[in-house]
Amino acid sequence: MSKGFKIAYKLGIIAVSILAVIFISSVILVVLDAPILKTFYTICIMPLTRSLHITEILIRAIPLAITAIGVSVAYRSGIINIGAEGQMAMGILAFTATALALPDVPRPVLLPFALLMAALSGGIWGFIPGILKAKLNVSELLSTVMLNYIAAQFYTFCLRVVMMDPAEKMSGGGTPQSMRLTENVWLSRISGRLHYGIVIAVVLAVLIYILLWKTTVGYKMRASGSGARAARYGGINVPLFVVASMVISGAFAGLAGGIEIAGVHRRAIEGITNNYGFSAVVVALFGGLHPLGILPASFFFGLMIYGSTLCPRQVGVPANIVDVMQGVIILVIVTSQMVLSDKYFQDRLWRKYQSFKKRKEA
Amino acid sequence: MDLVVNVLSMCIPFSVALLLASLGEMFNQRAGIFNLGCEGVMAMGAFSGMLVPFLVGHGGAVPMVYNALGFLLAGVIGALLGLLFGLVVITFRAPQGIAGIGMQMFGVGVAGTLFRYFVGGTQSVPGVPSFPIPVLSKIPVLGKIFFSHNIVVYLAFLFVLLSNFILFKTSWGLRVRAVGTHPRAADSMGINVTLTRYESLLVGGALAGIAGAYLSLCQAKMFSDELISGRGFIAVALVYFGHWNPYKIMLGALLFSLAQTFQSVVQGLGISFPYEFAVMLPYILVIVVLAFSSRDQKSAPASLGKPFNREIRT
Repeated sequence: MSKGFKIAYKLGIIAVSILAVIFISSVILVVLDAPILKTFYTICIMPLTRSLHITEILIRAIPLAITAIGVSVAYRSGIINIGAEGQMAMGILAFTATALALPDVPRPVLLPFALLMAALSGGIWGFIPGILKAKLNVSELLSTVMLNYIAAQFYTFCLRVVMMDPAEKMSGGGTPQSMRLTENVWLSRISGRLHYGIVIAVVLAVLIYILLWKTTVGYKMRASGSGARAARYGGINVPLFVVASMVISGAFAGLAGGIEIAGVHRRAIEGITNNYGFSAVVVALFGGLHPLGILPASFFFGLMIYGSTLCPRQVGVPANIVDVMQGVIILVIVTSQMVLSDKYFQDRLWRKYQSFKKRKEA
Repeated sequence: MDLVVNVLSMCIPFSVALLLASLGEMFNQRAGIFNLGCEGVMAMGAFSGMLVPFLVGHGGAVPMVYNALGFLLAGVIGALLGLLFGLVVITFRAPQGIAGIGMQMFGVGVAGTLFRYFVGGTQSVPGVPSFPIPVLSKIPVLGKIFFSHNIVVYLAFLFVLLSNFILFKTSWGLRVRAVGTHPRAADSMGINVTLTRYESLLVGGALAGIAGAYLSLCQAKMFSDELISGRGFIAVALVYFGHWNPYKIMLGALLFSLAQTFQSVVQGLGISFPYEFAVMLPYILVIVVLAFSSRDQKSAPASLGKPFNREIRT
């Protein structure tokens, strides 16, 4: 097989994948009777045309990047964490509780401490499915989803009862939200609503790169993920690393929640998690499960998520179209990965190509 | 006493959506396919089921035939989504867990998008009226619990018997079990593994779609983004709980719908208990049940989750 053919094969698969995503999304758009090109323009290009939009994209990319990096650690260790949504909610709750309990502690202490608590509670929420998987072989896909629903209910309960803004109680408005958090836990902003969480995201990406590829722990994690049996034979305590990776993954999601509320909302309200937990799975896969791929991927999905919020006004398409696209992107990524690694299929195409060339020469 | 009768008579119709989706998932898993996309298929089914009576009657009363058409559309769409999932995991042999997540996001996303376009806000449909069975529903206590529901409930429970028959007494059921247990052996006996798996996904998808339509047409009589709220995933868990056996799955579905009626029990007794914790109960129950049943998986289809490639020796 010639080198040129191999490259052409790869590029061809990627092109077909992109076309498949565009095609399936277009089918939905045709059903909605929407202008297809204008919709894609609104989602993918229009947000880039104004600097205000770009900061909005970035503030969506920050939680996506942090959560997706966590998801990728778990994924590489052989456990799919789709519970980031719940872990993030628990992180937000812990962050809020800390801020409400200790409003007078100076900022240099309180902010890191609150973020730590957010990471910790997210980590605990990730530990549950991890240990269930390691000890009892419970499918993490089911347990994490269930924990998402449990966390969502708990979140509403806390906002409605325990942490509810006294002002809301007084006025009888009853909006489930906490009071505005003390300034001592605010992350400063750079421009617009863009906050320094972006620096944290980049630093964490580098740290995870070092952890996974430059340390023994990371090596053992990746070994547990790529071949649990072989890893066990090699003396690696696979369950331990599965649990550890899940804790890291949960901690990242919790931290993303903490950063989101410290930088953007500054009070706990409903809907902060905004489906970031599920989108993070797509971002992690799209970024090739590599921190340095996830950073651009999270920008791209931040763009899509923000772009989709412009859709109802610009082209009359519901913002949920981005969920459709994310679903299709997952299906297409897992499919194209299989085709890319399918040596038989590649070989068959190569032979077809050869005989085609011969016939042409003859 | 009244409370017990009320709870039990609520619990039975509540269990139908779980039951149908779970039986569908059972056919998938018996053929070796772990379909986590059930949630998405149910969402699509729920949406397309209510779409027909809504478009015809605009929220007003419609002849029963349109409800039936709604169920039919939901079944067809579910079956198509099942085939799409088959394309990804059977033909392209993609890992089933993550592909299922993709399927779930796709289904929920499409349902949410189309719902906002075609229906808009919360719109109710008349739904399927209850149909007390003439003589039987007059029996004290039992009549109210078992024989005063809508027609789909009766059919669903009859379908438990039917699916047991299909799975264990027909040659198609034997094929399904064969390709889920030892696809290579089945292949050498001349069974078309790929085709059988596609067929089982078709059946499973249709059932999940109908289960979704049951939620929107019989139970809630409307569609919303939170309508399914994890029932698809609970259905998958029920298959584990029920050891891939229709009768045990039925028991599991009843148990879980009992947990879902817990909230009304609390209200009935006049206890002030946070609403959210009552809603949490079924989800907690899933985790507990999985923790206890995951160790003992002797009856699991041996090739569950493993793609089959007849060109590669394993």
